[in-house]
Amino acid sequence: MRHVIVGSGAAGLAAAEAIRARDGVAEIVMVGREPHAFYSRPGLAYLLAGTVPDKQVFIRGRDEIAALRLDRRTDDARQLDLARRELHLAGGAVVPWDRLLLATGAAAIPPSFPGAELDGVVKLDDLDDVRNLIARAGGAKRAVVIGGGPTAIELAEGLRARGVEVHYLLRGARFWAHVLDPVESQQVEDALVAHGIALHHQTQVARVVGHRGKVAWVETTAGDTIKCDLVAVAIGVAPRLELARQAGLSIGRGVRVDHRFQTSAEHVYAAGDVAEVRDPDTGEGVVDSLWSTALAHGAIAGTAMTGAPAGYRRPPSLNVTRLGAITITIIGAVGQPDADDDLVTIARGDSLSWRARPTAWTLTGDDPARRVRVVVGPRHLVGALVMNDPAAARALTRLVRHRVDLSALRAALDADPPGALARLIELGAAAGAP
Amino acid sequence: MSDPLDLLARVRLLAEAVVTSDPERCVQCGICSYNCPIGIDVRSHARVGAVIVDQRCISCGECIARCPRDVLWFGPVEDAAEDLP
Repeated sequence: MRHVIVGSGAAGLAAAEAIRARDGVAEIVMVGREPHAFYSRPGLAYLLAGTVPDKQVFIRGRDEIAALRLDRRTDDARQLDLARRELHLAGGAVVPWDRLLLATGAAAIPPSFPGAELDGVVKLDDLDDVRNLIARAGGAKRAVVIGGGPTAIELAEGLRARGVEVHYLLRGARFWAHVLDPVESQQVEDALVAHGIALHHQTQVARVVGHRGKVAWVETTAGDTIKCDLVAVAIGVAPRLELARQAGLSIGRGVRVDHRFQTSAEHVYAAGDVAEVRDPDTGEGVVDSLWSTALAHGAIAGTAMTGAPAGYRRPPSLNVTRLGAITITIIGAVGQPDADDDLVTIARGDSLSWRARPTAWTLTGDDPARRVRVVVGPRHLVGALVMNDPAAARALTRLVRHRVDLSALRAALDADPPGALARLIELGAAAGAP
Repeated sequence: MSDPLDLLARVRLLAEAVVTSDPERCVQCGICSYNCPIGIDVRSHARVGAVIVDQRCISCGECIARCPRDVLWFGPVEDAAEDLP
């Protein structure tokens, strides 16, 4: 049996590990343009900020990689032939497959403003991007950051940590407006300002002007000019769908998959950021750009590829992110009615499902440094956002994940919201393991 | 000189608590391992949800404090029972 995995990110690695755990003799070929050993994509933010050295981002030791016995090929997959069960690579090689996994991930959406092609317009998508950013930050005085979601913050904070003066341009009135509520946005923005980052609200780039091919300054739609060396862009990511599209697979927001991650073509699977999974509550296809979700997809897809029983029921999306030195846990549906003009699609560390606005009500705690917001549905907790309170985050995650029935408590919750929050956290803490 | 209360608290932690992890929150960034003064590979435990049962662990809490995603915490020692050799 020959398994071919296209992509070497979290989903691809998890699939390879799942296959090898169940089949010691199968061939596993991994194809991708990424030239590096397996690394933590979310960890790149800490490399940029100087919190960890370069060698620390690699997530598997030599022995672990050797034990997988991968035939790894650094090449672009160009064409997927379903009839012949062949994968054609840019270098000319043709790789036959019995089971194929698309784990091609998502790529940063390039900006469209005039001047986007100039040297000094940068992104944070992969390890090479971060090495490039670090090299450039050494000689840069000022950077303009554009976009939204966690990646824009990682760029702003990472460059600031390297001594670069940072101006963060926000199109709208506040940061990540369709996920955070106004108080939460304000908390993050205050933390950014405290770190020395200049915020410019309701400000868009009109054009980037270059000198000898390099970024020289940014002109805003308000008519202001910001002299700078770097323009860092994080306006969202899009699944890499070229191969799936060319092969004629069923595509919505991503490559549509069933509960075993099989696509519309037999023996062809998709997992991670490229996969569109059905949300069991809404029936809608959802894409996520989350590390732990990609790992879970990959592990189950890899298991299914070996023929072993495997099935996935999409849980409420969970992510933990550090924004402006505030650790924020987001689980389930916490969406806000406001639009976010800074993102054209989903961001990394983001889930479309967080934007869902269920019929529910919201409780918020009083402690500004340990703010907790929960969204309570008719029977159970449908979402929670917790700032800087790991015990509360773990407790509320359990309640959302396990759909703990709260209907008997509803009257008490309604009567005393601050007390209700404490009771919910106690209830979750008593519920045991995550 | 260390605070005697800190010392007492540490002795209690050594006796009653172990570093515990939630793999779903972990992005394998490696900050925990990088900051462990003993050189324990905390990340390899955290990514699979294992508790740190390494006898060299001095319960300094550095990995817990440095983790940017609150993956780690001091949990009751009974959680470690399954992982003990």
